[in-house]
Amino acid sequence: MDAKEKIARRVALELEDGQLVNLGIGLPTKVAQFIPDDVHITLQSENGMTGLKDLVPEEISRHIVNAGGAFVSIDSQGAFFDSSISFALIRGGHVDVTVLGTLEVDQQGNIANYMIPGKLVPGMGGAMDLVTGAKKVIVSMIHTSKGKPKILKECTLPLTGRNCVDKIITELAVFEVKDNHLLLCEVAEESSVEEVLALTEADVIVSDNIKKF
Amino acid sequence: MIKIVEVDKFKEVLFDGMSIMVGGFMTVGTSKLLIDAIVESGVKDLTLYCNDAGYENEGIGRLIASGQCKKLIASHIGLNPQAQQLMNENMMEVILVPQGTLVEQIRAGGSGLGGVLTPTGLGTLVEEGKDIINVDGKDYLLEKPLSADLTILEAYEADSFGNAKLIGTTKNFSPLMALAAKKVAIEVENLRSVIDPNDVSIPGVLVDYVIREDVVNGR
Repeated sequence: MDAKEKIARRVALELEDGQLVNLGIGLPTKVAQFIPDDVHITLQSENGMTGLKDLVPEEISRHIVNAGGAFVSIDSQGAFFDSSISFALIRGGHVDVTVLGTLEVDQQGNIANYMIPGKLVPGMGGAMDLVTGAKKVIVSMIHTSKGKPKILKECTLPLTGRNCVDKIITELAVFEVKDNHLLLCEVAEESSVEEVLALTEADVIVSDNIKKF
Repeated sequence: MIKIVEVDKFKEVLFDGMSIMVGGFMTVGTSKLLIDAIVESGVKDLTLYCNDAGYENEGIGRLIASGQCKKLIASHIGLNPQAQQLMNENMMEVILVPQGTLVEQIRAGGSGLGGVLTPTGLGTLVEEGKDIINVDGKDYLLEKPLSADLTILEAYEADSFGNAKLIGTTKNFSPLMALAAKKVAIEVENLRSVIDPNDVSIPGVLVDYVIREDVVNGR
């Protein structure tokens, strides 16, 4: 199993029956494939729909895309709406969980995922609203970037949001964000506490009840 | 009242230095016909409001490729490398705004509101230069209203009065932008004699020009 699939499978276990969930573009989108059959969630796409599902080829329509511009389909309980309603859902606390990738995240629950000044400036899109309004914010990402830690004591890049991240899930570990430190709750079967600590800059407390995943 | 006009009539409202709100999200809901008309008109120094920068030379990206866009206010330009390049070279001014803030600023601009109070962007670069207002113990950013000279958008169906039905994810910013501009032009995919009033996404009273789509193609 590749690292991204490992992450997506683990994130999927976080989702609970009946929740409204927004999955970011890229790795988080893969989570939808691994949601257990007995868990029924509603996916939102911030460009104006609930009931998002993977494209059914015979239903292709140039009028229906996800927030990344890719063609998608809508399920039988779905709805379309404008961006004001879509962001009222997000900002107003109606979205239970958002899953986002990031460039950096830190032990205060800060997240920086929308720009590298002078180099990469795609813009924040809906990310700032999502981290502000969603009840639970999960960061899902490859643990390091070219061997360098991305889980830091303090983010160095411009922030997308402050004190907003609840959980960090990588191919190596699952952390909960606590009061100015991270709690290491799970370690991948393929890894070890020692490896995770070596690849993480943030202050980490290892749970007494640490599990494998 | 019949608002159906030729594209040439639409071009008469265009002028150098004007501001235009462009409906659509990653080109879905963006009027190709009206974008083409703006390119053909050659008007320059445009200030454009749109969720994104479209794709390179596609959707609103056409007005970036043509060099007509002087300033872009958007939430995301990541899928248009040319827009990023022009921004980095200071050839085009880009103001990045959180998506939910941008749509509410536009709604405020079209609704007679003095702005909106949002927690989005607190503690980030977005708060620079803005007032922070505390309401009942909670901080919010004051985001001011936005309005423009013109809004263009695409509708799935409309009648000759401009009552428009938008389907799928084509709604996005369009109903809010239709409130916030002095003139509103819609390209209609299917012209109908009557739109069921229950199906109207944008009331015709807001619309000035209805222009028939002459080509139907993919994205």
